[in-house]
Amino acid sequence: MRVSVTVNGQNYVRDVEPRLLLVHFLRDELRLTGTHWGCDTSNCGVCVVQLDGVPVKSCTVLAVMADGHEVTTVEGLEKDGALDPVQEGFVQCHGLQCGFCTPGMLMTARWLLDRNPDPDEGEIREAISGQLCRCTGYENIVRSVRWAAEKEASV
Amino acid sequence: MQVPASFEFERAESVPHALELLERYGPEARLVAGGHSLIPMMKLRLAQPDALIDINGLAELSQLGVEGDTLVIGALVRHAALLADDAVGAYFPIFHEAERVIADPVVRNRGTVGGSLCQADPSEDLSAAFAAVRADAVIVGPGGSRTVPIREFHVGPYETVVEPGEILTELRVRIKPGAGSAYEKVERRVGDWPVAAVGAYLRTNEGMIVEAGLGLTAVGAEHFAAPDAEAYLIGKAAGEDVLREAARIAAASCAPQADQRGPVDYKRHLAGELTYRALSRAAERSRA
Ligand SMILES: Cc1cc2nc3c(=O)[nH]c(=O)nc-3n(C[C@H](O)[C@H](O)[C@H](O)COP(=O)(O)OP(=O)(O)OC[C@H]3O[C@@H](n4cnc5c(N)ncnc54)[C@H](O)[C@@H]3O)c2cc1C
Ligand code: FES
Ligand code: FES
Repeated sequence: MRVSVTVNGQNYVRDVEPRLLLVHFLRDELRLTGTHWGCDTSNCGVCVVQLDGVPVKSCTVLAVMADGHEVTTVEGLEKDGALDPVQEGFVQCHGLQCGFCTPGMLMTARWLLDRNPDPDEGEIREAISGQLCRCTGYENIVRSVRWAAEKEASV
Repeated sequence: MQVPASFEFERAESVPHALELLERYGPEARLVAGGHSLIPMMKLRLAQPDALIDINGLAELSQLGVEGDTLVIGALVRHAALLADDAVGAYFPIFHEAERVIADPVVRNRGTVGGSLCQADPSEDLSAAFAAVRADAVIVGPGGSRTVPIREFHVGPYETVVEPGEILTELRVRIKPGAGSAYEKVERRVGDWPVAAVGAYLRTNEGMIVEAGLGLTAVGAEHFAAPDAEAYLIGKAAGEDVLREAARIAAASCAPQADQRGPVDYKRHLAGELTYRALSRAAERSRA
């Protein structure tokens, strides 16, 4: 089945089987391997991407359901060679250890700050509550998102 | 890697188009809304539909608002939208309290109200909330539309009155003065299905209970309801002893099963305690 999906601002047209999951479409068809794939059961959130600006678990969305829609992956966060403040926050505050959960965390963090520029710790924890950090580095993830919020408030 | 079996995929352009597609593909076709129950089941090959009919483009199923004295919730309303809606929170705090503890924010961005009810999982949270407020479900099929009281909607675990060629289009809930509602859930960890959960809806008039609704989930309550406890409450003052007795009746009437979430006696205890807490908050709100 032919699908046309805009990913990080660029349009891609591909022929795919309806059963292809969005996560594999991104990783295997488009070679955008920044989006990770972990539990395969919609529990861990490493596969989170934004679909029309809203974070979703791409292991539980069919690629054909994204036809005609816009997807943003972690590769789309950087703008004109500059890291997004959430990415910078993870660098500054040691928000990642192995980095496996990081792309999903970043996509949800970006969405949170777009809706709520000044989230407190509880709001950050709530936003990422469907995502697991297998290294259990939640403290620093929260700090990283706060860092990004403060950075954005200061400019 | 979990891969669903092959299927045909069709995108519905309207409700009549979706009905036509259902008819064309026959009983082995399934609608897909948020896909957050169906796709995992297909990945595990617990479901192997021949065709999926995608209803995500149907704006007519996404309406959410008040029409006269009725709250109308389209089948395609996402969990996140129900949780974000101010009118819903003002008239029916039960829905906000339930939604806050259904899955996690990312799953809630995708999963829908209609998909949850049609999935008919015996632990579904919204089934209890809608049972408590006695919603009506509107179902369309080739022969037109019909309205089914929610307490007749679920036939059994994973089974509803929605026939293969039909579509659930909306839920309707009457808004009445003097009503209060609340939802209580115990889960093992954030985002998990309930060990037990209870929704309560009470309407009082000068301190006397004139209408009572109790929805219980994950504890084997028939139609997710507790009619004996509800009947007991009518005409009584909503004091502690009365609410405790109703909770006891509700707990006695359910039939929980032991599983990885807990043994029978624990679940029954939760059913009673959560019923009491939900009733207490609903009573408080009905006076406000
Ligand atoms: C990680 C995770 C955690 C969860 N935790 C909870 C929880 O704590 N509590 C809880 O209650 N739920 C929970 N859920 C379930 C989730 O809320 C619902 O199962 C899910 O949202 C179902 O809705 P959907 O739109 O995704 O349905 P889908 O998967 O698209 O559909 C489910 C079924 O309903 C049918 N269907 C869908 N829409 C219609 C319609 N309009 N008319 C007729 N049939 C229709 C489909 O054909 C399918 O058979 C969880 C899910 C996940 C993935
Ligand atoms: S891989 Fe999608 S939630 Fe874990
Ligand atoms: S940094 Fe290793 S999983 Fe989060």
